[in-house]
Amino acid sequence: MHRLLPRPALSAVIFLLWAALSNAATLGTVLLGALLALALPFVTRPFWSDAPRLARPGRLFILALRVAIDIVLANLSVARRVIGPVSRLQPAFIEVPLDLRDPFVATILSSIVSLTPGTVSIDVDQERWVLLIHALDAPDSDALIEEIKQRYEAPLKEIFAC
Amino acid sequence: MLTLAIETGFVFIGLAMALNLWRLVRGPDATDRVLALDTLSINAIALLVLFGIRAGSTAYFEAALILAAMSFVGTVVLCKYLLRGDIIE
Amino acid sequence: MNILTEFAISALIVLGAAFALLGSVGLARLPDFFTRLHGPTKATTLGVGAMVLASAIYFTAMQTGVSLHEIAVMFFLFITAPVSAHLMAKAALHRRGMADAKQED
Repeated sequence: MHRLLPRPALSAVIFLLWAALSNAATLGTVLLGALLALALPFVTRPFWSDAPRLARPGRLFILALRVAIDIVLANLSVARRVIGPVSRLQPAFIEVPLDLRDPFVATILSSIVSLTPGTVSIDVDQERWVLLIHALDAPDSDALIEEIKQRYEAPLKEIFAC
Repeated sequence: MLTLAIETGFVFIGLAMALNLWRLVRGPDATDRVLALDTLSINAIALLVLFGIRAGSTAYFEAALILAAMSFVGTVVLCKYLLRGDIIE
Repeated sequence: MNILTEFAISALIVLGAAFALLGSVGLARLPDFFTRLHGPTKATTLGVGAMVLASAIYFTAMQTGVSLHEIAVMFFLFITAPVSAHLMAKAALHRRGMADAKQED
């Protein structure tokens, strides 16, 4: 089982994406999708770093839902700031010290930070484990750091057990 | 109602693309231009999706997908060039 | 197609287009590159996201089966947007660093 499917999550994503792309549920597309889902992880194995084990997959959906809600809410608050007086904004570079020590999970965290409007992640320093972000309007940088650590980093640590 | 919503969407996206074009011409730095180009293609994807709804045809999706892939690769290549002065190391 | 789905699709289209426009207004209005970088993240996430969702509902309502095409576009955009934002920020930092070094000479 492990040898046949070195990356079950990747295979599932490939299969679902293939189904979404072909937009039809005939036997042919299902077979071809299954074949691709089996073959592509083997072909691309040298490119993948060792991802940590998914300890609690159920929590992943809760986190995804939370991120989706946060994207909508953050969009509204950023929209207000874009229309309002620009000179009153306080943009800042902020360094967020990380507790996690895994490049793959750090990538997910920085993607979440970038996707929620108002913050863009710029760099992950893998020696000091610091995430450099830029915030559009951050009068209180400590509160923002605390929010990112509480809302996203802590659940990610729990999900991937790292 | 749907027709009105689609027309409104066209107007909004058109205005957005005009603003992107202004930033593309204006600059001031090369990175601003790359950002404007990236946003311009994202708005073009939105426009294609709208066209698809108006025409009632799913054929526009392939175009939107290809545009998404090409604009991403284009942005990455331009940023690489700005970072190193070279695309293929 | 009943009136409720039509209303939902129309609302999503207008909402998405409005956020795409707001993102571009931010791109044109904000004072420096790093603040401008925040505009497009909005255009992609909620702007194109809402519009693609509208399209998925529309084609599902029109045809017999479920239309999942659109989800692939959304998935792709959500994965690539942070990567390109990150690369552009890095390029901008690099160029700013070079300009500072030139000034010191």
